[in-house]
Amino acid sequence: MTPILEPGFFSSQPVRTAVVLGAIVALVTAVVGIFTVLRSQAFAGHALTDVATTGGSGAIYLGVSALAGFIGGSVIGAGAMDLVGVQRARSRDVATGIVLGASIGLSALFLYLDTTSTATTGATQQILFGSIFTIDPSIVPVVGALTAVTLFAIAAVHRPLLLSSISTELAAVRGVRTRLVGLAFMLSLAVAVGLSSIAIGSILSTALLIGPPATALRLTRSVASATVLACCLGVGTTWLGILLAYDSADWSSSSQGLPVSFFIVAIAFVLYLASGLGFVRRWVGRGGVAPSHPRGPVAPSNETVGR
Amino acid sequence: MSEPRRDATAATGTTAPAATVLKVEGVTVRFSGRTVLDEVSFEIKEGEFTGLIGSNGVGKTTLLRVILGLQRADAGRVEVLGAPRSPGGRSLGYVPQKVSLDPDVPMRARDLVALGLDAHRLGISRRSRQQRERVAEIIDAVDATGFADRRVGQLSGGEQQRVLIAHALVSRPKLLLLDEPLANLDPRSVQEIVALLHTVSSAFGVAILLSAHEMNALLPVMDRIVYVTGGRAASGTTAEVVRSEVLSALYGHHVDVLHLHGRVLVVAEPGADTDAIPDHPPLNIG
Amino acid sequence: MVNAWEVATIVAIVAGVVGFFVVLRGAAFPAHAIPKGAFAGAAGASLIGASTLVGLGTFALLAALGIGTLGRRGRSDVATALALVMMLALGAAFLSQSTQYEPEIFSLLFGEILGVSSSEILPEAILGLVCVLAVVLLYRRLMLTALVPEVAAAKGIRPHQVEMAFLVVLACATTMTVPVVGALLIFTLMIGPPAAARCFTDRPGVALLLSVAIALVTVWSAIACSFQFNWPVGFFVGSFSAAWYGIGRAFAALQRRRPGAAAAASARAEAVHLGA
Repeated sequence: MTPILEPGFFSSQPVRTAVVLGAIVALVTAVVGIFTVLRSQAFAGHALTDVATTGGSGAIYLGVSALAGFIGGSVIGAGAMDLVGVQRARSRDVATGIVLGASIGLSALFLYLDTTSTATTGATQQILFGSIFTIDPSIVPVVGALTAVTLFAIAAVHRPLLLSSISTELAAVRGVRTRLVGLAFMLSLAVAVGLSSIAIGSILSTALLIGPPATALRLTRSVASATVLACCLGVGTTWLGILLAYDSADWSSSSQGLPVSFFIVAIAFVLYLASGLGFVRRWVGRGGVAPSHPRGPVAPSNETVGR
Repeated sequence: MSEPRRDATAATGTTAPAATVLKVEGVTVRFSGRTVLDEVSFEIKEGEFTGLIGSNGVGKTTLLRVILGLQRADAGRVEVLGAPRSPGGRSLGYVPQKVSLDPDVPMRARDLVALGLDAHRLGISRRSRQQRERVAEIIDAVDATGFADRRVGQLSGGEQQRVLIAHALVSRPKLLLLDEPLANLDPRSVQEIVALLHTVSSAFGVAILLSAHEMNALLPVMDRIVYVTGGRAASGTTAEVVRSEVLSALYGHHVDVLHLHGRVLVVAEPGADTDAIPDHPPLNIG
Repeated sequence: MVNAWEVATIVAIVAGVVGFFVVLRGAAFPAHAIPKGAFAGAAGASLIGASTLVGLGTFALLAALGIGTLGRRGRSDVATALALVMMLALGAAFLSQSTQYEPEIFSLLFGEILGVSSSEILPEAILGLVCVLAVVLLYRRLMLTALVPEVAAAKGIRPHQVEMAFLVVLACATTMTVPVVGALLIFTLMIGPPAAARCFTDRPGVALLLSVAIALVTVWSAIACSFQFNWPVGFFVGSFSAAWYGIGRAFAALQRRRPGAAAAASARAEAVHLGA
C-alpha cells in the first residue's frame, strides 16, 4: 500500500517552497477573502487576477521584475475600479467589467509583443495556470513581508470595514470614512491577489480567496471565528492539495500526475458544497446558518446600502 | 387632545432651564432648481420627544441627513450641543428608514449593537467588560435580549428595528434620530415602538426626533412637533402648532383641525391640494 | 477578410442584445465566467480530437448550469467564482495530460477574427439568430424580474427559472462568439457598449438598439485598427469598449448638471417601467 506521505516529500526543495509559500498565500487570501465575500466583491477579486497577470505580461515585456508587475498591475487596476465606482452596489459590476476588459486587451497586446519578440509560446500557458512547484524560492521573503503588511492593514481597519460592509449608512453615521476604508480594502485585495497570482496562479488565487471564506461564513456565528476558520481551511486545503498532487505522479503509469491547482480547487469546491448540505446546516445550529432566500438578478437600484 | 408629557421642571425637580441639544437655524436645501427645505428653524431641548411630521417626499429625510452632517445645506446652520455639525461623534444616534441586513452574514444582534460603540476605532482590541455590560444593558432596555444571539439578518423587521435602536443608543447619544420608524407597521407594533422609545428616552435622558407622516400615534408622548409642508416648517408644542390658523398659514390655503375621540384630523376644503396633507384621504366638506 | 466583417457584425449584434440584459441584471461576472469556463472545455476537446465548438458549447452549458444551481442557495458571485475555478481547474487537468503547448490557446483566449473561414459564417449566423430570438421571447420576463421583482413574483414568474434561462442564453452567445472575439474579450463587448448606451438614454428599446450600434462601431473600428497597426484585435476591442463607457459617463455627468434634470430623471424612471 502506497503511503500517503511518500518518502522524499519533505526533502524535495520545490515541495518545501510550495508548502511554505502556499501557506503564506492561503493565509492572506483567507483573511482578505472574508471581507471580499462580505462586500460581494468576488468578481473584483477574480478580475484582479487577470489584471495582475496583465501587469506580469507587461513586466516580462519590459524586462522588469515579474512580482512588481503583478502587484503593480493589480494595484493600478484596483485603483481604477475604485475610481469608476466599484464601491457602490449598482455600478460595481460594470466598473469591474470595464477595467477588466481594458486590462485583458492590454494583456493581449503585451503577449503579442512578447511572443513576436521572444517566440516563447509557453509564456501564455505559464502565466495563466502557473505552478506552485516551479516558483523561485527567493521571492518567499518578499511575499512574506507583503503578506504581513496586508494583514496589518486589514487588522487596523477591520472594525470600520466590518460595519461599512454591513451597511454604509450606519457606518457613515458613526463617522466612518466609508470611501477611504473601501479604498483601503481594495488596495489590500489588490496586493493579496497580486501575491497569490504570481505564487500559485490565477485559478488558485480566486479559489482560495472565495472558497474557504465563503465556506467559513456559512458555518460560524461571528466574523472573527469565520476568519480563523477560513485560514485553517485555506492552509489545510493547500497543503492537502500539494500532497495529493505530489502523490498523483505515481497513481497511473503515465506518471504525469495531475496539477496541484486541480486538487486544491476540487477540495475547496467540495468543502463549499458540503457546507451547504442540509444536515451540516442543522448541525451548526439555530444561531448559525439558515436557508437564504433565492437569489434573483441584482438589479442596479438607488440604494446605497453597504455591500 | 392629550397634553404633552413632562417638562424639565417636573423631571428634574429644579427650575434649571434644560440644555439645548439641537438647534436648526434657517436651513435651506435646494435640489436641481427645486427648494426642498426653506428656512427651517427649530430647537430641541434635552430629553424632549419631538415628532417631525410631514407627508412623504416633503423633505423629512433630507432634514435628518442635514442634521447628521450627511448632506450639505445651501443655507443655515445646525448646532448640536452648541457645536457645529459634522458626521461622527457620539452625540447623535440614528436609525435609518431601510437597512437591508443580509441573512447570510454571520453577525449576531449583540455584535451589531457593540459596533455602535467602537466601529470608528482602528486596530484590534478585545472589548472591555464594561463595554460588554453596556451592550447587554442597552439590549435589555429595548427588550431584545431574547434574540440578541441570533443572526441579525434573520430577525423580523420589528426585531431588527429594536436592534438598530440599541445600536444607535449604545454610545449614549444626547439625541436619537429615527427616520420613519412607524411606516409599514401595524397599529399594535406602532404603539409598542412608541412606548419603547418613550421609556428609553426617560431612562437614558436622550432626546428623540422621529419623523412620521401620521401624528396621532405620537400625540400621547410628543413634547414638541415640527410640522413640515411645502418646504416650510412650524414648530412648538402640539397645542401651539396643530391649530387651524397656524397650519393654514403653513399650507397656504385654509385647513381645519378637527378633534375626534382623541385623534386629530387635518382637513382641507374641496379642490385644495389634499395630497400635501399628511396621511389624509381626500375628504369632501360641505 | 470579408468574412471577418460579416462574422464581426453578427457577433456585435448578439453581444449588444445579450449584453443589454447582462448589464441590466448585473450579470457581468457570469458573462466573464462562462466563456472562460468554456475555454477550458475547448482545451479538453482539442485533446481528444473533438470539435472545438462542441467542447466550447458543452462546457459553456456546464458552466451556466453550475452557476445557476450553486447560485440558488448561496451568494451568486460566490457561486460564479467557484463554478468558474472548478471548470478552469478541470481545463488545467486536461492540459496537463498532454505535453504539447497549444498555440491555439492564444487565439481561443483573445480571438482570431482574421482567421475565420467562410464555412463558419453560416453556423455563426444561425447560432446568433437563436440567441437573439431567445432574448426576444424572454424580453418581458427578463425586464420584469430585473426591475420590479415583486410584480414578477405576483405574475407567477419564478426568478430562478428566468435566471437559468438567461444563463443558458449567455452560454449560447458565448459559444458562438468565442472563436471570433476570444474567450476573454467577448464579455467586454457585452459590458462596455450596453453600459454606455444606458448613459445616453433611459428608454429600454432605444438603449438596446444603441447598445448594438455601439458594439458594431467598436468591433468594426477594432478590426480596422488591427489591420492597420498589426496589433491584436482584442486590444482595440478592450480599449474602445472602455472608451465608449467613459464617453457615456461623461455625457451622463453633464446631463445631471442641467436644471430640470430631476424632473427628467423621474420621467425616465417612469418610462423604464412602462416601457417594460
